[in-house]
Amino acid sequence: MTTFDFLIQGLGMAMDPMILLYALIGVTLGTAVGVLPGIGPALTVALLLPVTYGLDPAGSLIMFAGIYYGGMYGGSTTSILLNTPGESASIVTALEGNKMARAGRGGPALATAAIGSFVAGLIATLALAFLAPHIVKLALIFGPREYFALMMLAFVTVSAAFGDSAMKGLTSLFVGLFLALVGIDQLTGQARLSFGVPELLDGVEVTTLAVALFAIGEALFVASHGTMAADKIEAVKGSVWMTRADWARSWKPWLRGTAIGFPIGAMPAGGAEIGTLLSYAAEKRLAKNPEEFGHGAIEGVAGPEAANNASAAGTLVPLLTLGLPTSATAAILLAGFQQFGLQPGPLLFVTSPQLVWGLIASLLIANVMLLVLNLPLIRLWVKLLTIPKPWLYAGILLFATLGTIGMNPSPVELAMLLTFGIMGFAMRVHGYPIAPVVVGLILGPMAEQQLRRALSIAQGDWTTLVSTPIAAGILLAAALALVVPMILRLRGRGEVLSRLAADED
Amino acid sequence: MKTPFFGKHTLFGAALAAVLAIPAHAGDYMIMAPAAPGGGWDSTARSMQEVMQAEGIAGSVQVQNVPGAGGTVGLAQFASTAGGDPSQLIVGGYVMVGAILTNESPVSLADVTPIARLTGEAVAIAVSAASPYQTINELVDAMKADPGAVSWAGGSAGGVDHITVGLLAKAAGIDPTKINYVAFSGGGEALAAILGNQVTVGISGVGEFLPQVEAGTMRILAVSTAEKWAGTDAPTLMESGYDVNVQNWRMVAAAPGLSAEQKAAVTADVDKLVNSAGWKSLLETKGWANTYLSGADFDKQLALEVEATTAVLKDIGLVK
Repeated sequence: MTTFDFLIQGLGMAMDPMILLYALIGVTLGTAVGVLPGIGPALTVALLLPVTYGLDPAGSLIMFAGIYYGGMYGGSTTSILLNTPGESASIVTALEGNKMARAGRGGPALATAAIGSFVAGLIATLALAFLAPHIVKLALIFGPREYFALMMLAFVTVSAAFGDSAMKGLTSLFVGLFLALVGIDQLTGQARLSFGVPELLDGVEVTTLAVALFAIGEALFVASHGTMAADKIEAVKGSVWMTRADWARSWKPWLRGTAIGFPIGAMPAGGAEIGTLLSYAAEKRLAKNPEEFGHGAIEGVAGPEAANNASAAGTLVPLLTLGLPTSATAAILLAGFQQFGLQPGPLLFVTSPQLVWGLIASLLIANVMLLVLNLPLIRLWVKLLTIPKPWLYAGILLFATLGTIGMNPSPVELAMLLTFGIMGFAMRVHGYPIAPVVVGLILGPMAEQQLRRALSIAQGDWTTLVSTPIAAGILLAAALALVVPMILRLRGRGEVLSRLAADED
Repeated sequence: MKTPFFGKHTLFGAALAAVLAIPAHAGDYMIMAPAAPGGGWDSTARSMQEVMQAEGIAGSVQVQNVPGAGGTVGLAQFASTAGGDPSQLIVGGYVMVGAILTNESPVSLADVTPIARLTGEAVAIAVSAASPYQTINELVDAMKADPGAVSWAGGSAGGVDHITVGLLAKAAGIDPTKINYVAFSGGGEALAAILGNQVTVGISGVGEFLPQVEAGTMRILAVSTAEKWAGTDAPTLMESGYDVNVQNWRMVAAAPGLSAEQKAAVTADVDKLVNSAGWKSLLETKGWANTYLSGADFDKQLALEVEATTAVLKDIGLVK
């Protein structure tokens, strides 16, 4: 049988009413936990595992996968409307999405996120079905030096997207890199900058920092301006739905986001955040009107949202084909498989083809369900913005605090949230961009660890970093991305570039 | 004036009854998994939850995740908040013993009431199918020639994988501080590095490697336990001539400050758990060995483990 036959067979199984019900429960729960702060898909699946012990394995696994996909959908909602990213994969969405929401374009922002997620989920799930064995080979070629090169590329392209006020952008980035040093050093087990506080040993949680800088910092900023705040939030301006122009500007970012997110999600050390960051940088670079970035460019929502859903499907590639869990949720999905006596890995496609293809087919159906579920909700969500400002920001503060405590019940975490919130306020007052801090915290440790791993394996030989064509190629691309804009600037095109590099805040 | 007094009295009575009712329904448990959802401790805690509820050992069991620093964040929180409460349990294990030492944690297992060792798993040393190394002896000989040239992919620094490599080096007469150990955060990432031939050899819980061995993509060179491990015919390190015997174990502890009766009651519940049919079948699906040990024997064993771990971490240079 060909892949296509298997998929048709899987669709037959997935159309079973009970299986459809499981998928529906999964996507509904997933959307809910994506929206709620502090509860992620990983925790939800972990909570449900014991409950499903006696249930049908296929149905349960389909429900879990539905939760995973649904969580990626739901995460964008709070990012866009409340500037409170519930998960690290939707941090980038907040950059443009919240600006759109405040300009009365929350509806189109949510719509492009939902439809982009659908498109990406659809394409990536099909890619999972047809390309998994090839993608996984690519993923295994990536070792520490290739990851390090990829991180360099991300640093360069993403930093370029921060603005031409290089001084302020870089200052923010280095604050992030500094925060990234806090905690136990992965490679030697030694504590750095933890000052004997056990909660600091695991470093600064990315979502805590993002929520603090984005949401708390902004709430303080708004409060400090009192009633004189000029920028009135408009709940809805124009249509709630996407206009023709929105569609025209969204479809390419959806496809590019998918193309970036899927392979990076499939890499064991890739993760969803890198994909969203690279997608954002790519959209900013390719946009016809890059000056809109920072003021609510729809491309900046469409691309990263597609990328994070594509990476969720990407994560399933190493999980199903190699038995490698590459995210917390994937690790729990693996536990779910094992609970039913199934071992994901090279043999799963051979030993339980029905289950695998049923699962893949169900993901396609779950994806349609998510779209049907989420589009009508947009009308309801945008109403949130009609709440009077003091109430809205009080709500955001409550939401952000609950989310942080929910994720990590500790007073130290709360203190960090407030400290970083005040830092976010100060940065806003002085006009420092905020996103680079978060980017530094995400990319810093990855780049450091991969570099040190690469050097450790090569016993300190620096040439190892360029010893494979892939690593050398990516590093070359990074170098070009750094040097070419400089040359352009020297040749008198600086004005264009500085317009290009609008501050994101 | 009588009615309010009466009302207060009944309220007080009800409250008293409620307080008295708690021990009567003893068996509601709150288990802390000092790790993020998905890891070994989390699944141990959730397995306990599942079986205790299904077998009627406890009425309701809840699991709380407090991740961080090899379990020491959760342990510190547990030791300071659970004191004297017999309904609270915490899951831990070998990795926690190491983390307490390397992190210089102010709270140790002496600050809680260890109840029992529950499960164990062998640590396996494995290479990808394409590797030139066929036996553990060939690998160790290569290490003897140039310790840095053999790169090991395993779990977090100072964890059971790292300790095992250190012990192996020591047993083979190699300077343990010279070993080239590359720590990876998740099992998945380390596995990818081994399969992709990024490193010379990998070390991890045997369960992580078995599916790969079955598929023919990896070979297990040796296991760390005293006896051969079910599911693989790889030799033990002892059989191969290296005096190393390590088993990654997981345990359960109760709150500090319990009375002898309270401790006995918790131990009895854990005993019921371990002897239940549900627990046995669960161990089988998870691939965990039943290494149940409780009471004074466990306390003695725990002290030995702490001592041995301290020694090896000093040898590797992780603890001064």
